[in-house]
Amino acid sequence: MSLSLKDVQHVASLARLGLTEEEMETLRDQLSSILEHIQVLNQLDTDAISPTAQVIEVDNVMRDDTVAPSLPQEVVTSLAPRSHNGFIAVPAVLGGADEEGGA
Amino acid sequence: MSELTRITASEARQLLESRAISSAELTEAHLERIRAVDGKVHGYLHVMEEVAREQARAADEARADGTAGPLTGIPVALKDILCTTDAPTTAASKILEGYTSPYDATVVRKLREAGCVFLGKTNTDEFAMGSSTENSAFGPTRNPWNLDTVPGGSSGGSAAVVAAHEAPLSLGSDTGGSIRQPAGFCGVVGLKPTYGRVSRFGLIAFASSLDQIGPFSRTVADTALILNTIAGRDPADSTSVDVEVPDYTAGLPYDLKGKRIGIAREYTVDGMEKGVSEAVDQAIRTLADLGAELVDVSLPHTEYALATYYITAPAEASANLARFDGIKYGNRKEESTLQETYLRTRGEGFGAEVKRRIMLGTYALSSGYYDAYYVKAQKVRTLIKRDFDEAFEKVDAIVAPTSPTVAFGIGSRTDDPYQMYLADVFTIPANMAGIPGISVPCGLSDGLPVGLQFLGKPFDEQGVLSVAHAYEQATDWHTKSPTGLD
Repeated sequence: MSLSLKDVQHVASLARLGLTEEEMETLRDQLSSILEHIQVLNQLDTDAISPTAQVIEVDNVMRDDTVAPSLPQEVVTSLAPRSHNGFIAVPAVLGGADEEGGA
Repeated sequence: MSELTRITASEARQLLESRAISSAELTEAHLERIRAVDGKVHGYLHVMEEVAREQARAADEARADGTAGPLTGIPVALKDILCTTDAPTTAASKILEGYTSPYDATVVRKLREAGCVFLGKTNTDEFAMGSSTENSAFGPTRNPWNLDTVPGGSSGGSAAVVAAHEAPLSLGSDTGGSIRQPAGFCGVVGLKPTYGRVSRFGLIAFASSLDQIGPFSRTVADTALILNTIAGRDPADSTSVDVEVPDYTAGLPYDLKGKRIGIAREYTVDGMEKGVSEAVDQAIRTLADLGAELVDVSLPHTEYALATYYITAPAEASANLARFDGIKYGNRKEESTLQETYLRTRGEGFGAEVKRRIMLGTYALSSGYYDAYYVKAQKVRTLIKRDFDEAFEKVDAIVAPTSPTVAFGIGSRTDDPYQMYLADVFTIPANMAGIPGISVPCGLSDGLPVGLQFLGKPFDEQGVLSVAHAYEQATDWHTKSPTGLD
């Protein structure tokens, strides 16, 4: 299993990770090598096996719909790197370059 | 070293109850020990000196008022991936440098309500991703037994501070061995409870189907003591399970006579260190001498656990770490657009191993690869869990080495990610199956501790604690401490 630089760019873009050229080249080699090790799973025939996404059997966990205090707005917005009048301030949402086709 | 830092938490409890010592004295002795040795060990990222003194004062008042409980006045260190309102929580990442949580993790709240004294936040691999604590953005922790070697990881800080007598108790988290493996490397006791036994609320999530919080201590009895307080269902964590929490301390005395202990041949691998095999073989003979019946069991899918883990954990991590985008909290590298801000914030805020796992996980979940990697890994996970289900029909517990080697040199495995991943080959299967596991010291190889691991049935923490306690009481490895720090 070998990844190309284009594969790495695509995945980095999906993950919203800004990487340098050097990082992408290193990751191409390291991820290819790790995926090589992971091929061992293909030795197993799992066609008849159902997947386990988590080990304890829980269905929907319900609770009474009662009102309880939550964190105060001013506490939460004060954690933001930039806030304004009790809101979280962010740069422009539209207009960014996004090769995946949707900002 | 002060006698007050030499004693165990259970001994401190007795001395506090008999008024022979105060929590203030106990706390000052630990703060002094931290000042004396943590410059070498670097187990703490943040020492909570003022908070600890205030909690110690309150604990001594509670003692005088007659409202003290078993843990009142006992110092505890917390892995810096557990949210605390009165100290920063960074997950050892630059992206959270300076962040303080507006709420406590449930385990932190429970210890606070029990009257514990918080000594500080301990070092970890960034976002708990690693096996050596070398991935911390704030510098590595060193193994108190040999400062040129790693303490293991990711909870290396929590293991090292207990080994160095900078705390009698600490909490860590275990996703693929991150409590048991550093406990083994540092010669202390480390327990990963069953998935669902301890609330994960307020634990910064790495891999949500695998993560579990657990304690470090220098004796099994101390681990039982703190588990009594942190275990149990929590409405804030829907995956915490409503299974009765027994008094683990009361249940410790245990006769190994006639108990069936499983030995799996799959827990011997190429490249296993001779000193480790010898120490583990000796420990197994001790179990037999104590009357345990040794039973061969087979866990045939063990060799696939590492590959299963390195799909599952990064896949879950890539989703969990999407929240660190510099918008609502943490550090932001602001650019003119939101998209550019995300890229730069995450590109500069995360370290190399975190980026590697986000990339691997994103790839495994991406269109065209999801079935081949993620779904395949979840199917193999079913096979790994079945192996344990079948083995536990025949035995009460399974004994195995905690790791194939003792602590390795700082920098010796950082160039090859897969070599680093192999350090967790014996601890990962328990996370994939969700079962409890404990590591206890069982020997020294070249002067470095060897860990012995006991694995048990889901929610049978009492079983693994009791077997480990019986072994510990028959040996003296738990009384050994590193000597090079003083």
